[in-house]
Amino acid sequence: MLRQPLSRALALSPSRVAPLGIRKFADQVQAQPDKIEVFIDDKPVYVPPGTTILQAAAQVGVEIPRFCYHERLAVAGNCRMCLVEVEKSPKPAAACAMPVMKGMRVKTDSDLTRKAREGVMEFLLVNHPLDCPICDQGGECDLQDQSMAFGSDKSRFTDIHFSGKRAVEDKDVGPLIKTIMTRCIHCTRCIRFASEVAGVDDFGTTGRGTEMQVGTYVEKMFLSELSGNIIDLCPVGALTSKPYSFAARPWETRRIDSVDVLDPLGSNIVVATRTNEVLRILPRTNEEINEEWLSDKSRFACDGLKRQRLVTPMLADSRGNLTPVEWEDAVVAAARALRDCPPDKLVAVAGELADAESLIALKDLFNRLGSENVCTEQYFPLEGAGTDLRSSYLLNTKIANVEDADFVLLIGTNVRFEAPLLNARIRKAFVHKETDIALIGPQVDLTYDYMHVGDSASVVKDLASGTSSHEVMKRLENAKRPVVILGADQLKTPEGAALLAYTQELALRLQDKLVDKEWKVLNVLQRTASQVAALDLGYRAGAGAQLAAARVVYLLGADAGLVTREALPKDCVVIYQGHHGDAGAAIADVVLPGAAYTEKRATYVNAEGRAQQTWPAVTPPGKAREDWKIIRALSEVVGSRLPYDNIDEVRTRLSEVSPALVAYGEVQDNNYFAQARMLSQSLQKPVSGKLDVQLKKLEDYFMTDSISRASPTMAKCVQAVLKQKQSPY
Amino acid sequence: MLSSLRSGVQGLWRASSRALQTTANLQHDSLFVHRDTPEDNPSIPFEFTPENKKRAEALLAIYPEGHKRGAMIPLLDLAQRQNGGWLPISAMHKVAELLNLPRMRVYEVATFYTMFIRRPIGKYHVQVCTTTPCWLRGSDAVLNAIKEATGCEVGGNSPCGKFSVSEVECLGACVNAPMVQVNDDYYEDLSVEDTKEIIEKLKRDEKPKPGPRSGRYAAEPLGGLTSLNEEPTGPGYGLQEGLKA
Repeated sequence: MLRQPLSRALALSPSRVAPLGIRKFADQVQAQPDKIEVFIDDKPVYVPPGTTILQAAAQVGVEIPRFCYHERLAVAGNCRMCLVEVEKSPKPAAACAMPVMKGMRVKTDSDLTRKAREGVMEFLLVNHPLDCPICDQGGECDLQDQSMAFGSDKSRFTDIHFSGKRAVEDKDVGPLIKTIMTRCIHCTRCIRFASEVAGVDDFGTTGRGTEMQVGTYVEKMFLSELSGNIIDLCPVGALTSKPYSFAARPWETRRIDSVDVLDPLGSNIVVATRTNEVLRILPRTNEEINEEWLSDKSRFACDGLKRQRLVTPMLADSRGNLTPVEWEDAVVAAARALRDCPPDKLVAVAGELADAESLIALKDLFNRLGSENVCTEQYFPLEGAGTDLRSSYLLNTKIANVEDADFVLLIGTNVRFEAPLLNARIRKAFVHKETDIALIGPQVDLTYDYMHVGDSASVVKDLASGTSSHEVMKRLENAKRPVVILGADQLKTPEGAALLAYTQELALRLQDKLVDKEWKVLNVLQRTASQVAALDLGYRAGAGAQLAAARVVYLLGADAGLVTREALPKDCVVIYQGHHGDAGAAIADVVLPGAAYTEKRATYVNAEGRAQQTWPAVTPPGKAREDWKIIRALSEVVGSRLPYDNIDEVRTRLSEVSPALVAYGEVQDNNYFAQARMLSQSLQKPVSGKLDVQLKKLEDYFMTDSISRASPTMAKCVQAVLKQKQSPY
Repeated sequence: MLSSLRSGVQGLWRASSRALQTTANLQHDSLFVHRDTPEDNPSIPFEFTPENKKRAEALLAIYPEGHKRGAMIPLLDLAQRQNGGWLPISAMHKVAELLNLPRMRVYEVATFYTMFIRRPIGKYHVQVCTTTPCWLRGSDAVLNAIKEATGCEVGGNSPCGKFSVSEVECLGACVNAPMVQVNDDYYEDLSVEDTKEIIEKLKRDEKPKPGPRSGRYAAEPLGGLTSLNEEPTGPGYGLQEGLKA
């Protein structure tokens, strides 16, 4: 429903999308029209025709105040804060919606402009409660800031004896967002975000005039995996964070730039802390990954960092109960177990939140002990090229480039919940560029329309061999920038290797025919933040047969429930190193408390293969320590000391294994697609299974790892989704 | 409409409350959020009748593919007429379903326009114009007569359930002030007696004759023409002598 009206609204801002006339095909390159000269405060600036005054002003560093305008949303033009004087125009013009004309002279600081802003501000404040002292937005409020800068110094509001201020009842939109709707200034950013980016059309305006209100009309919660972003978008305190309510003022918090690890994309975040406590997590702009959005799990699961934590080393006593001990005892017990075990009976399993530093330390330690059994929890087929070629397990197209795709084929993945911001990119392409999407796998709600090609693996086989008669085949072959995304969850089935082989075959066949030789078609979407780094370091994907004969199992944050007591021999010693008391710690004999991602400087490699580092925002609780240091200490007691003493030396070691692991913020282009295809050709066996995904509905999304499982907020979200299901709306 | 409701509510409020300092609320006679009621909730099914389905199809056919949402207002009106003059939430859902739109987009339209009434109302919806021209011509008396005759407060339904009375802004018949609108018909040039007679007839479900009550045909001057009443002059009128051929 959005496509038509939105494209018309967007025709005003050509910097984001080309005008309607030439937007027939996503692949057409827009011809660069001649630039025209306009004057902003007498400063000349050359901009393409169709640029708005506001954008032109931004180019010469003149910031025009605004409430409703947002670069990533359609232009609404309803707050009127951006009014500026345009020479020879009888009245001020809204800079966010007015396209520039040749020779236009704009005055952003004239008397008329200032008077217009003051007038708009006065009207906004007439209907805005002055409850800043009890408002959570205080200190980061656009209305506060702009009324200081552009508002009047005194009030003419004396109407309280007659009708009072306008008041609007609050809405219940779920456990994440607190609404105080009286504060709303009707900028409609939340409505536009919900409809354009999140794809959940639940917000709107009801009524009109003084009775107009933003809300859902019926009693319905705003449940989306991206809902938290409307808190950031709200320029006033109408939408604030419920878990963070009345917690702190922005100027009291320390902000540390970091990286999110709860999904495989590695969104950039800012961790706000006070008194050694993570108070909230906000997104940090990174155009390559998360733009300026953040998924709800990444944003709100941070209260899980304070609960269920392992704060002290523990040893199982004679009755099997874990009892707190000193580090020395725990390390000695772990070291004794490791040393006394024959190397072929040692198994290490790395979990989904493990960082590259601890992964390399653990692998080095095991290698020194003579064991090669270092595995990850998530499986990946080892036949064919296996994990030797990086291109086989990465998102080769890169997240930002997905926007430019003209056809997206999703195989066995629910991108919406496995990588919400990648899904937001696909939706962006769908809405703005008329990209079409096809899905093989169970029918799920992806927030946009897609062609469903069935849920059988044989469909992939038919597409790969080119024998499919489905419409998708034709679309794929005609696409100039196709993208094929395979969900990593499909690879753990017995047919996984064949499925990967067929996907490689299909993607490479398409890629060979492309005019754009730089375009990559093949993508494998990993499920966890640690998997790419682990595979880069040479971890074996998936632990299976070795476990049955293991004498000592070392779990590095392995909490996915893959390793169970039943799968292990009775006398097997389980050492668990990690930060949460979850599935792994429950079966452990020795517990070594580690640090969570907000507590250590660590490297994570996202699904594209982009290495990024987290920074310590708080110190680990209790006796918990940074993970690589624990393994380094353990190695000394075991008697095979690891040759690094500080993090820089660990990273030097990382760069020895793969320079990509320390090239922070960069993605190396992947090659050897043809070789991987050749190696996998023998694996193209008949397949008959059905593709299934783990996260089907919103309630499955919130609690997927040890941090989000410990988070009360995430539990409330699940509860809210289930409650919403009972509602007739 | 607002002022009368507010003063009524405030009077009650002041008498029973303590002398706390409060600010008065702005009041409106309709809510802009939905509350489930026994008469209006999403579990009451709504379906267009076969005739109206045909009408709906004809309405949808007017709009080109991709712009079907243009039919939203006509469809909502059709649903409201079918449902006895008011628009239940399930009818909004039905329209959203027909247009393949998110429900919120329909709620937005239905709450924006005052001609969509989102609460159960009587068979006859009497809308009394009280804007300045009608008010100068005695709309207050007309309104009082209607309130008395129907036993219905402004913004409410009559005890018999047959009438609903609304105070509205200008309906564009100022030449024939004062006027009321009953469902789709205008009754103009009203006196108090005319008003009472109209209500009495409606009570008996007879249809009073719509239009001006003053004997006028439409909006022509009441006492005959006061200007332009002579024969039109022919060509060459007033032309100076020298120019005449």
